[in-house]
Amino acid sequence: MAALRIKRLATKLIGPISFDVAAGECVALMGPSGAGKSLLLRAIVDLDPSTGNVMVGVNARDDMPASEWRKLAALVPAESGWWADRVGDHFPAKLDATELIGKLGLGGSLEWEVGRLSTGERQRLALARALCRKPEALLLDEPTASLDDHATGLAEDLIRECCAEGMALLLVTHDRRQAERMAKRVLQMSNGKIDQPPENAP
Amino acid sequence: MNSYISLTYGDLLLASLFLAMNAVFSILLTLRLERQLIVSALRMVTQLFLVGLVLKTIFTLSSLWLTLLVAAAMVAFAGREIWARQDRRLHGVWGIGLGGTSMLLAGSIVTVFALTTQIQPTPWWSPQFALPLFGMILGNTMTGVSLGLDTLHTALYRERAAIEARLLLGSTRWEAVSAAHQRALRSGFTPIINSMAATGVVSLPGMMTGQILSGVDPQEAVKYQILITLLIGGATGLGVLAATFASVWRLTDSRERLRLDRLAAPRK
Repeated sequence: MAALRIKRLATKLIGPISFDVAAGECVALMGPSGAGKSLLLRAIVDLDPSTGNVMVGVNARDDMPASEWRKLAALVPAESGWWADRVGDHFPAKLDATELIGKLGLGGSLEWEVGRLSTGERQRLALARALCRKPEALLLDEPTASLDDHATGLAEDLIRECCAEGMALLLVTHDRRQAERMAKRVLQMSNGKIDQPPENAP
Repeated sequence: MNSYISLTYGDLLLASLFLAMNAVFSILLTLRLERQLIVSALRMVTQLFLVGLVLKTIFTLSSLWLTLLVAAAMVAFAGREIWARQDRRLHGVWGIGLGGTSMLLAGSIVTVFALTTQIQPTPWWSPQFALPLFGMILGNTMTGVSLGLDTLHTALYRERAAIEARLLLGSTRWEAVSAAHQRALRSGFTPIINSMAATGVVSLPGMMTGQILSGVDPQEAVKYQILITLLIGGATGLGVLAATFASVWRLTDSRERLRLDRLAAPRK
């Protein structure tokens, strides 16, 4: 599987930022609101124009069409967007998403109407929608912000399972305990830059 | 059947009788509409007299350059109107240029085609035929283009999350905006589709009515009306297609991004 490598990535508002996430590793990204965490994720998947270099394994972002790149490096934003009426229409027809959705506690939801989903249901289904396309690197922006403890546990288990298969994960979270549960390494971000790691972090 | 009845200025004065009555009612009932009513009626009269004078001069001079100049002025006014009718517009010169150019291309192609192959006056650009024809085609294309662009820009702005969700899952920009684009096309096409469906049953088109009033055989007037309506439909369609495709192209980029930074905030 493949590592996510970010070199001197910068937009008008953030950077330059460099760091790596190894294959199968989970790195948490924390920092105050407005620090540029979400902007960094958007820049990595090329949704906002940026300079610098991003790679997944041997694939460089700028050497492939953006639509192909986003299949390798997937982003699940904090607020998910839906374009069809039925949940199932947001999943690729060829892949069977049933098992994945079952693991998130939402079995049978492919037939549901998007308009009647709760915020938490949307959040979990957006995660499933990205995972069933098997990205090599996954960027999550506060994936469990509106979930209860039980649903959070299910989501974290599923994410861990994917990491065990070699997926590189960059997790933006405001929950210190979640960062400790999921990640071996925590990056701090403020004012559009990654802070230097403090000596002897507590 | 050639019974053209010329109107005198006295006839026109008499026709204003009921409008004047409305003004009197407005004063009696303190509706405060009399001023606007009278000013706009006077404006209408002055503008039309001037247009009549200008058209008569242009027809008499029959100069290609003068005809082109008038056509260009019409395009400029219509382009400004497209710009003004959009809630959210493209930034900078694109705001007026994109809609205006689409309308100009569609309108001139169809007008030149009609003049050279169907109506065939001598010379083919004869202002008496070219200018009214171009005006009718331009006016309808303008409505279609402004509706299409307004719908498109509002939809792209409001549905940003849904469109970016599709982009994030690996769709191309054209796939991601397809729903919004379709809606924009439909709203640009709707007026002409509706008017074609209702023509002759609900409404008698103004041009045909005018011809009949001036003594033309109704069957001949109908043929002209069908010709014009078909041309208008064709030009509107081409204009809306060109404008919405160009605008989608401008509001996305080759890295499959939605570029709402190229859209200006509505003024208010």
